[in-house]
Amino acid sequence: MNEVSVLIGGKAGDGINSAGAMVAQLLNHLGYRIYLYFDYPSLIRGGHNFAIIRGSERDVGTCRNHVDFVLALNEETIERHKEKYTQKTVFISNRDLIKNGAYGIPVKAILAEEKAPVIMGNSALIGGFAKAAGIEWEVVDAVFRRHIPKGADLNLAVAKKAFDLFDPVQLIKKSENPPQPLVSGNEAIGLGLIRGGLDAYVSYPMTPSSGILHFLAEQKERFGITVVHPENEIAVILMALGFAYAGKKSAIGTSGGGFCLMTEGLSLAGMAEIPIVLVVSQRTGPSTGLPTYTGQSDLQFVLHAGQGEFPRMIVAPGDAQEALLWSETAMDIAWKCQCPAFILVDKTLSEGTYSLDPAAARNTYGAGPLLWDGKIPYRRYEDTASGLSPMAFPGAKDAVVKVNSYMHDEAGITAEDAEISNQMTKKRLKKWEYLIEVMQGYPGVLQSGKSDASTALLCWGSVKGVCEEAAAELGLRVIRPVVLAPFPIDKIQKALMGVKRLIVVEENVTAQLAALAERHGIIIHEKILRYDGRPFTVEDLVSRVKEVGI
Amino acid sequence: MPRTLITGARNTWCPGCGNFALQHTLKNLLSDREKEGKSLDDVVLVLGIGCHAKIADYLNINSFYSLHGRSIPAATGIKLANPDLTVICCVGDGDAYAEGLDHLIFAAKRNIDITVIVHNNRVYGLTTGQYTPTSPIGFKGRSTPAGTVEYPLNPVELMLASGAGFIARGYTRKMKLLKGLIRAGIAHKGFAFIDVLQICATFFPATDYYDSHVYELPATGSGDFEAACALAREWDYNSDAGIALGTFFTRVSPSFDERMIPVLAGEEVRERAIRELFDARM
Repeated sequence: MNEVSVLIGGKAGDGINSAGAMVAQLLNHLGYRIYLYFDYPSLIRGGHNFAIIRGSERDVGTCRNHVDFVLALNEETIERHKEKYTQKTVFISNRDLIKNGAYGIPVKAILAEEKAPVIMGNSALIGGFAKAAGIEWEVVDAVFRRHIPKGADLNLAVAKKAFDLFDPVQLIKKSENPPQPLVSGNEAIGLGLIRGGLDAYVSYPMTPSSGILHFLAEQKERFGITVVHPENEIAVILMALGFAYAGKKSAIGTSGGGFCLMTEGLSLAGMAEIPIVLVVSQRTGPSTGLPTYTGQSDLQFVLHAGQGEFPRMIVAPGDAQEALLWSETAMDIAWKCQCPAFILVDKTLSEGTYSLDPAAARNTYGAGPLLWDGKIPYRRYEDTASGLSPMAFPGAKDAVVKVNSYMHDEAGITAEDAEISNQMTKKRLKKWEYLIEVMQGYPGVLQSGKSDASTALLCWGSVKGVCEEAAAELGLRVIRPVVLAPFPIDKIQKALMGVKRLIVVEENVTAQLAALAERHGIIIHEKILRYDGRPFTVEDLVSRVKEVGI
Repeated sequence: MPRTLITGARNTWCPGCGNFALQHTLKNLLSDREKEGKSLDDVVLVLGIGCHAKIADYLNINSFYSLHGRSIPAATGIKLANPDLTVICCVGDGDAYAEGLDHLIFAAKRNIDITVIVHNNRVYGLTTGQYTPTSPIGFKGRSTPAGTVEYPLNPVELMLASGAGFIARGYTRKMKLLKGLIRAGIAHKGFAFIDVLQICATFFPATDYYDSHVYELPATGSGDFEAACALAREWDYNSDAGIALGTFFTRVSPSFDERMIPVLAGEEVRERAIRELFDARM
């Protein structure tokens, strides 16, 4: 199978992310499926940024240890990534800054010759790379024209100068796949929410969730939504609940620290039975932690956040495709079941770029939210067989819509006596059962790899990609719950048929999925954990699995 | 048929509580609104937590009984979701000046078209008698038995600094004036703030003090910011000075909800936009 990995590195502010996106598009147009990982420290200028673009003939969602090409914008790039180089690695570099680069490009001279601004220097490296990789000029020309709407000609002139410097060194073979849209996890979440009927997105900036805020704010006119960035996360969740009370579908996005501030609002959503979608994108914790690095250490927090007991739904998509589907689904579920629905992701997924199949299946809508039939008096918390009370929104004729954070009666009026407390608590419990029933209809647990293997990897979220590749190499089964609450224990048990050895793979230090599974009686034999903020690579996981033994 | 404005919920405010006057005033305003042919279906009351907030249970209109300090962001969401609604926040002084101060300042800064009525009894009632941000220095509460050692903040001055477009102060024993202020606050297009002095019958019974110090300002508010600042500083919620009642400042400017109205896009438009975006990413 053909595949290629390209590393591009330089200082923060060098435009590594956009240069990486161009390389990704070149590979996309050669018929490769893409995963782009972007690594950057928490600062604006200086520091070392790099992107690894991996192209493969089949879907990818992770990196390998080695790279085939290095595009170095500075000396540090060459120095830092030595462990990723093989004998075959080809180095394309800026000759003005790097003395010993094999394929040095006189960037300054080219820019001067073309009277091009400094910012176009990256185009020279991309041009040089394209030639070294044997990519036809027509492909470079087409990709630049498609993806640089302004100044494509000048960028192309710069790229061509570098292109003409070399002969092909290591050819990247063309594949037959048609190009696919390249979308970040955060964008996929935003688009999924839009498909789910989002009216308002409310968020306070916090890496790695901010990409959703930026994307939706930029696109709000096209999608006809309201985007609000309030004073803090407490205001975020309360505003979102205000929107939903008034009948508008809202979602919030944050990371662990911001979500800490939202927990009283979450509990309010539980008590007042207001639908809301919460995107929590994890980074390395605790506290400020590693703001721009990844982790899966908030599962137990999201499972238990908020005082009191109330139903919630948690999904953890594994890549952009799943993020698109499950974000749409989460909005549907939140309104169908009148409860909080979480999309739990992480930096790897949020800020990674993936190939996406635009024709993939969408959420199937059954009945929409349960709405009031107009019979007065309206009672917001009418006790029904399913526990679901029909919804009406302020402005509806003759409906007095009272929502309440206190224990309340069916009309929404505060009640403290034992009988009503019992009744209303049971009503909410019925809703929990209703949610479990609704979730039965969704593929909450996905299985891949060798279906009859007796050793399985159990994992969740963005480690999907790396687990699937490692499993393919080692002949293992992969069992991955996408729905984490309500915990799909029956489906997991079914997927575990014939499994004698179960190895959990997580990016945290306490094995949080393992704890959740063990609570439901599942026996975990080994735990492979990584918690340095960097995602597993394929080689890394393969050797760790071999270490614990198949 | 006019709506029955009071629910059957048992009222649990202490006898003599200032909240009765506020509830009565709101009830009369709602009744007037109905008589003017306007629907009460479009009115939403948003509450924090505290004695004041029990009004959610007593008034038979739409209500969002929120969290301590959090009525204003909920109200902001409601107004943005449906600008046709009349959104009124009843909040307490501990509620809005301590726990939720950030939201109050930002609501004023944004000029969201909601009316915030602060039931300012200058003490925590429901948690049984602790000092609030507007208690005078030396106030002996259950958390400060030897007296507070911090000055109160002056909410009128704070609201001026925060950019509020309608700033008024009322008193529950001047009900005619109070009704006029709340009516004007609701009519004001933009953020309206009304600090309402009221006694706490149990923990801060200051009736005599207020009665002997309050005076009424001329009927209409002025847009003179400097004059409003001077007037706001006359009584700093601590000193022994005349307490002006009425409108301190009015200024109309575009409201947040007006500026934020989205151009709605149907499912087809959205799906087309998504397809275009996918296409641009290939």
